[in-house]
Amino acid sequence: MALVPAVTDLEQLKGHPAISRLISWNPQSVEGVKFDRDEMTIYVERSALREACALLRDAANCPFNYLSDITCVDWYPSEPRFEVIYHLLSIPNKERVRLKVRLSGETPALESVISVWPGANYFEREIFDLFGVRFSGHPYLRRLLMPENWEGHPLRKDYPVEGYR
Amino acid sequence: MAHLTPTPALEPGQDKTMILNMGPQHPSTHGVLRLILEIDGETVVRLLPDIGYLHTGIEKTCEAKFYHQVVPLTDRIDYLCPMTNNLCYVLAVEKLLGIEIPPKAQWLRVMMNELTRINSHLVWLGTHALDLGAMTVFLYCFREREDVLRLFEAVSGQRMMTSYFRVGGVALEPPLGFFDRVRDFANRFPSKVDEYEGLLTGNPIWVMRTKGVAKLSAEDAIALSASGPTLRGSGVDFDLRRDMPYSGYDNFKFKVPVGKDGDVFTRYMLRVQELRESIGIVEQALDGMPSGPVKANAPKVVLPDREKMKTEMEALIYHFKIITEGFAVPEGEVYQAVESPRGEMGYYIVSDGSAKPYRVHMRAACLANLQTLPSMCEGHLIADVVAAIGSIDIVLGEIDR
Repeated sequence: MALVPAVTDLEQLKGHPAISRLISWNPQSVEGVKFDRDEMTIYVERSALREACALLRDAANCPFNYLSDITCVDWYPSEPRFEVIYHLLSIPNKERVRLKVRLSGETPALESVISVWPGANYFEREIFDLFGVRFSGHPYLRRLLMPENWEGHPLRKDYPVEGYR
Repeated sequence: MAHLTPTPALEPGQDKTMILNMGPQHPSTHGVLRLILEIDGETVVRLLPDIGYLHTGIEKTCEAKFYHQVVPLTDRIDYLCPMTNNLCYVLAVEKLLGIEIPPKAQWLRVMMNELTRINSHLVWLGTHALDLGAMTVFLYCFREREDVLRLFEAVSGQRMMTSYFRVGGVALEPPLGFFDRVRDFANRFPSKVDEYEGLLTGNPIWVMRTKGVAKLSAEDAIALSASGPTLRGSGVDFDLRRDMPYSGYDNFKFKVPVGKDGDVFTRYMLRVQELRESIGIVEQALDGMPSGPVKANAPKVVLPDREKMKTEMEALIYHFKIITEGFAVPEGEVYQAVESPRGEMGYYIVSDGSAKPYRVHMRAACLANLQTLPSMCEGHLIADVVAAIGSIDIVLGEIDR
């Protein structure tokens, strides 16, 4: 099981149902793709994310109808600083796809997908709590794990692992 | 799906309703779950789970550890199924590294993983029945759980925080006579499941407390990202072990029980059937256990045997390097999901090419399953909240991480 280099050429990966669906809807919505270790990643334009999720959920041939997970990675100090990562699963086709959105570190904000999957609720609250990324359109965006009066966002890379800030 | 959006802060509108706090110290909340309930008489109008009382920042801690030092942390996320967490983490790291695992290690992993499922389901069954007033079942379940814990102790030296699976294989060859002990347990266990079922399945009190209670439709279960028995109880036939096999699960034959009513009784029946299926998988693993090494041939990643380390210079150097510097993992990212007793347990690991993970994220099945609680309970009696909590089988360690 030797590692093969990642494929990042959009032309080669166009045949994937999720990518072709997004490109036929709006070519600008796909910023890039990556196929690495048998996992497909699609970089989605920030403003197109919610609609892209809704499209993939309802796609006829391969519906990615299940939201497995949302998480975030902080690439401090480089810019764009945050990556918000959506893991979608197609229950009928038994296939996964990963959507990624890049956000700047200044005022990281993104549209909520709670109208597409109500299950995004806790995932988005957790990211807001631990990374400080805001999700517009979330009806109850409050801290989930940390106390209400906590200052700072612990999973950011400029937040120390030990000791007081 | 408007009814699934979360309700904002609870403030009593009129004099009609009352706010009731349940937990975090409450015996039926399975740990430190706090529920804020708005009730009208005995009917729940709104329900808001409040979590975070057990938040320990494991994801942050992982970023400061070497890859092999993260394994013991994964035990502590979900303390009822430590090996499932071990498995998910090591599979993800192995996928990042691109190393092949010998068949015996894979089969051992499957066998221990199914014993873990039995352990977890037994604790669930005992406490769930206790919540609903059936005391005896708890004692019966913990009797068999003790046997499983002794098996864990035999292979790993630990009863609960096993850390038995390592990157590249398993920690040690099982001790002599271990497989006979597992076989003995597997022979005895099905009749014990009959005992539990004899106490509960036909029991009119149990049926009245669980049938038709806390219903969840298939559409809602998918929309709320529910997984595991909570999803299958609502009639969605999906099990990662069968549908997206990992760690050699495609070599095993087992049935995936699926319900259709989506109530507490259905989820109870599913888990009891899963107990029987799991012991079947353990027996298949025993019958077909391959011979050979239990660790991959990757000296830069896997610790050498103690004997080799004491006699060979090269092995000693590798041992020293792995312990002091860890091992570098090629750049990339991986999402690995396994079917834990509670549902889809997923690890998302990002590597920047160094010896410490850049980011480790655990997708907790319980966190997503907990979101189904309001839609199960709202509009129903407050006594059924306890049944609903038990039926989604939550572990707060996993939810809060």
